[in-house]
Amino acid sequence: MRKIVENFTVISNEACNLTNFHITLQSDHPLAEVFPGQFTNIEIPDNKDVFLRRPFSIFEVNNENRTISVLVKVLGRGSLTLSEVRTGSRLSLIYPLGKGFTLPAPDERILAVGGGSGVAPVLHLVRYAEANPGSADVILGAKSETEHLNAIDSYGKYAGLHYTTDDGTMGVKGLVTDHPLFGDLARYDRIYACGPLPMMKAVAREAFRAGVSCEVSLENLMACGFGVCLCCIEPTVKGNLCVCTEGPVFNINDLKW
Amino acid sequence: MVNLSVKIKDLALKNPVMTASGCSGFGEELADFYDVSQLGAILLKGITPRNRDGNLYPRMAETASGMLNAVGLQNKGVDYFISEIYPRIKNYDTNLIVNVNGSTVEEYIEVTEKINELDRVTAMELNISCPNVKEGGMAFGVSCPSAEYVTREIRKVYDKTLIVKLSPNVTDVTEIAKAVEAQGADSVSLVNTFLGMAIDSETRKPLLSTITGGLSGPAIKPIALRMVWQVSNAVKIPVIGLGGIMNAADAIEFLLAGASAVQVGTAIFKDPRIPLQIIDGIENYLQRHHFNDISQLIGGLQV
Repeated sequence: MRKIVENFTVISNEACNLTNFHITLQSDHPLAEVFPGQFTNIEIPDNKDVFLRRPFSIFEVNNENRTISVLVKVLGRGSLTLSEVRTGSRLSLIYPLGKGFTLPAPDERILAVGGGSGVAPVLHLVRYAEANPGSADVILGAKSETEHLNAIDSYGKYAGLHYTTDDGTMGVKGLVTDHPLFGDLARYDRIYACGPLPMMKAVAREAFRAGVSCEVSLENLMACGFGVCLCCIEPTVKGNLCVCTEGPVFNINDLKW
Repeated sequence: MVNLSVKIKDLALKNPVMTASGCSGFGEELADFYDVSQLGAILLKGITPRNRDGNLYPRMAETASGMLNAVGLQNKGVDYFISEIYPRIKNYDTNLIVNVNGSTVEEYIEVTEKINELDRVTAMELNISCPNVKEGGMAFGVSCPSAEYVTREIRKVYDKTLIVKLSPNVTDVTEIAKAVEAQGADSVSLVNTFLGMAIDSETRKPLLSTITGGLSGPAIKPIALRMVWQVSNAVKIPVIGLGGIMNAADAIEFLLAGASAVQVGTAIFKDPRIPLQIIDGIENYLQRHHFNDISQLIGGLQV
């Protein structure tokens, strides 16, 4: 597969809430095809304390406008600098990286679970798969209403949108796995999850119990993003695999969770 | 036109820019981005006699102007390399150089004898400087008697170009360089990573699973450059310089300090195209300074 290093132009950088930013980037060229679950490794500009790129799941892809977007959660110095980029500035991206989710067959029912900025690839998935609310449910989890993304109602045409919050300020109070949909997982053919590790492990446990195929997207620390540094390894039944090239999406049956 | 080609014993390089071992996989990962035949050589990921899982996660930590790694020579072993990987990469029109590792001299010999059979592997780099494995590795590279011993035994079984990769974690790197030269090394490459560590002050825990790891990137460049300059003045064999090279100017500094060729490592993690940009930049420099041959640059430091 062809991978590309290219400068994109920031065409918008919007604060979604207190900690998440939605950055949209435009290419000078037609986009390479991006599959849901793939990521981009972005060079952090103008910060001498940040040496390496930072990886982000690709969120929205618009081939007509030649744009892709990422959700940036401010976690450290790299993401903080990125959250402050201005419209018009140029960012170097390496993309598309990694292996994405296994796409559902048209007749399969799916449940996609996203926590925090992990909502990006699961929303990309239901849109790319042209799912509909009859066949797809999405559970989005956050600590509080203020940490849920706004302006994602448009995804309602691809999936039933369900919310949970730790404090009960929006949707069901509790963790994503406390949502009633987890009471009957057997109705789904595939479950997908991206978010904090404890969340993905909880989803994986429930999916395993229900005997439903489940894929999760990992975000191990990485240097290169394209398989040469061997830093982002995940122990699997097939040995230590690079999350950046053999993942970031893994079937839970391959993980040693 | 300027001549960028250099020779290191029998190893003919179309230009003096190689990738560093452990930073360019087996070349295939770079071939996803561009035609790797433009490179002077590809230094393949370190190979051991048998499969090694490497160290536990986490294996890297970003540091000021660089990074620490603790990969620990993860690879599937020399037989897997020969049967599965070599057939896929042997037609790259550049030099393929195997980085050879072992925990005993017998293991180094085992890998060397096997890769000696591969026509398209035009040289080997004897790695006596990996800081991230318990046995072998750097242990061989930090004392003259052990460095001499492993070099002598490998020289007996290997006729092609033998490069010995040196550790900077020594009191006097020129002594090690002279010792391996005396045992028949055709070239030395330096430096491997500097032993370092990083701690998360909040959790009070080390950032690497192995506590210590190898420091690379621009942070080490001035020290690497000084060592390359010292070794170039101490030995007659060609020196290959590496350590924090990020651009053509950095590479030219190493050439001026006496290196006949350079390796680009950690920079590839930032941008896999950097080795090609360095080749272009060196050519441009030669034209700008009215040189017609790269040899006019090597050791050209004006003092």
